[in-house]
Amino acid sequence: MAENRHKSLGLTDEQVLDMFRTMLLARKIDERMWLLNRAGKIPFVISCQGQEAAQVGASFALDREKDYALPYYRDMGVVLSFGMTAKDLMLSGFAKAEDPNSGGRQMPGHFGQKKNRIVTGSSPVTTQVPHAVGIALAGKMEKKDFVSIVTFGEGSSNQGDFHEGANFAGVHKLPVIFMVENNKYAISVPVSKQLACEKVSDRAIGYGMPGFTVDGNDPLAVYEAVKAAADRGRKGEGPTLIETVSYRLTPHSSDDDDRTYREKEEVEEAKKKDSIVTFANYLREQNILTEEKEQELNDEINDIVNEATDYAEKAAYAEAESAMKYVYEEE
Amino acid sequence: MPVLSYIQAVTQALKEEMQRDEKVFILGEDVGKRGGVFRATDGLYDEFGEDRVLDTPLAESAIAGVGIGAAMYGMRPVAEMQFADFIMPAVNQIISEAAKIRYRSNNDWSAPITIRAPYGGGVHGALYHSQSVEALFANQPGLKIVMPSTPYDVKGLLKASIRDNDPVLFFEHKRAYRLIKGEVPSEDYTLPIGKADVKREGSDITVITYGLCVHFALQAAEKLAEEGIDAHILDLRTVYPLDQEAIIEAASKTGKVLLVTEDNKEGGIISEVSAIISENCLFDLDAPVKRLAGPDVPSMPYAPTMEKYFMMNPDKVEKAMRDLAEF
Repeated sequence: MAENRHKSLGLTDEQVLDMFRTMLLARKIDERMWLLNRAGKIPFVISCQGQEAAQVGASFALDREKDYALPYYRDMGVVLSFGMTAKDLMLSGFAKAEDPNSGGRQMPGHFGQKKNRIVTGSSPVTTQVPHAVGIALAGKMEKKDFVSIVTFGEGSSNQGDFHEGANFAGVHKLPVIFMVENNKYAISVPVSKQLACEKVSDRAIGYGMPGFTVDGNDPLAVYEAVKAAADRGRKGEGPTLIETVSYRLTPHSSDDDDRTYREKEEVEEAKKKDSIVTFANYLREQNILTEEKEQELNDEINDIVNEATDYAEKAAYAEAESAMKYVYEEE
Repeated sequence: MPVLSYIQAVTQALKEEMQRDEKVFILGEDVGKRGGVFRATDGLYDEFGEDRVLDTPLAESAIAGVGIGAAMYGMRPVAEMQFADFIMPAVNQIISEAAKIRYRSNNDWSAPITIRAPYGGGVHGALYHSQSVEALFANQPGLKIVMPSTPYDVKGLLKASIRDNDPVLFFEHKRAYRLIKGEVPSEDYTLPIGKADVKREGSDITVITYGLCVHFALQAAEKLAEEGIDAHILDLRTVYPLDQEAIIEAASKTGKVLLVTEDNKEGGIISEVSAIISENCLFDLDAPVKRLAGPDVPSMPYAPTMEKYFMMNPDKVEKAMRDLAEF
């Protein structure tokens, strides 16, 4: 039997199975959204595929009862881990009134749910980075011991808000985890045209924080790195920059055609490292994911996704005039 | 009643709000030990400490963005932009984020941040220390923009801004800081955001303006009173969203309206005021609505000749008021 890697990280068999379940749920919801898009039922999809291991591995390393998540548009694995449901996500896909992210105001992938401390986001990238710093600053002022995790792509690590936010957190030693999900492409532009440095994590030194690059297809490696970063943050030792390297398995969005800028062979090669496959293999080797368990899991997730899809499709849109609501606080 | 300068009213409002509510804190460049380059936060660092009067790195988008994050958590940040001219790197945070957080989350999240910035010219500040930037933000539903003219209004409106549950841009005229003095009650009070204020009752012509120009109009009105011209002066106080009711009432009262701003003419706040009047007051008007504004050049030049040419002053306002009265 292959080496057991999760026990030494303090993870039980049940916990790693739960991680896999969450990764698989994200993948299956995402795949369903593409089907719905191609069938003309929802206008837009933007995917998590290829990044589930990083998203779920990181989230499971945090205290999901008190830490704050500031996700970006691909982070379905993060928001599912923090308590959002398949139904919530489908309601967002269909832009229905009950969508907890925005009541159907925003495109899918623009997450936010206060009760689960998932902080509302927008489309201009990287604006959430200073927000994560502000939340951590507030926590420090209020003497709380939560951390904030903010995720974004490698392209976003060029934005001023990343550099301004990272520097602010470094100066004030704030408990922020900056996690770059490097999926090798910012829409069509490869990482070689995004970064002059070798790794995004090389940027950490400029902001007085440690930087690590880990395998983004390995949820246990990401878990370990984020856990250490959260521990540092809670101890008052300041922020950490973590780069998870994986691959974007889908086009940028449902409106993109990635055949215009990358070779099919490259995508096929990346699929061999797909965490949904490789982590399942690990769990099989550990006898955690038995054939019976796998069948059970697939059936369960299939039911969840079907039920969420049906519910969201039948749910009501917001009243047209409700577009006038909540510009400012209302009595 | 104590007499305070405009900037002393700013400091007093900040101090009282920080004493009242532990969640109120200040962040910005040089706001701490130095007490601000204009001394708006003078003494607050000593009283409240470096954690509540935070000297930030020199990066405006972070000042706004970190403040927005803290506000979403439940704090009451008051962010200072050292000059309104330097707010530009923070525009994405203010417009894409602060203004839209409540709306885009369907009322789940909110961002109760106050962003203060000194604006305006007449202090040899040249192109980048003289600008009026309110028009840039004045078509962004979700934002409120407050521009007080008197120390009394400063205190009441700054307190109201800090307590407001939505983001407020609070623009202070830097020349007014020490030039304008007035009575300010020592006790706690707030003034309503979104309400204009009649600063002088009159019956012949109406002047609608805001900020330092209110004082120019008041001075001009005193002179014109000697000539028998009785001016009605409305101070907008909040330039976004506008107090339409007060504008319509003031315009209808005399039927002759002069709109004054120190900002460039085209596309400014007063152009919107003019549109409100034209939509609502056509049959009450006795003269075309007149706009008096800065010239449409990029910003205020440094040399005294050109600065004076750009800058609004009581003489320019007086002349425009007389011309309108004689129409």
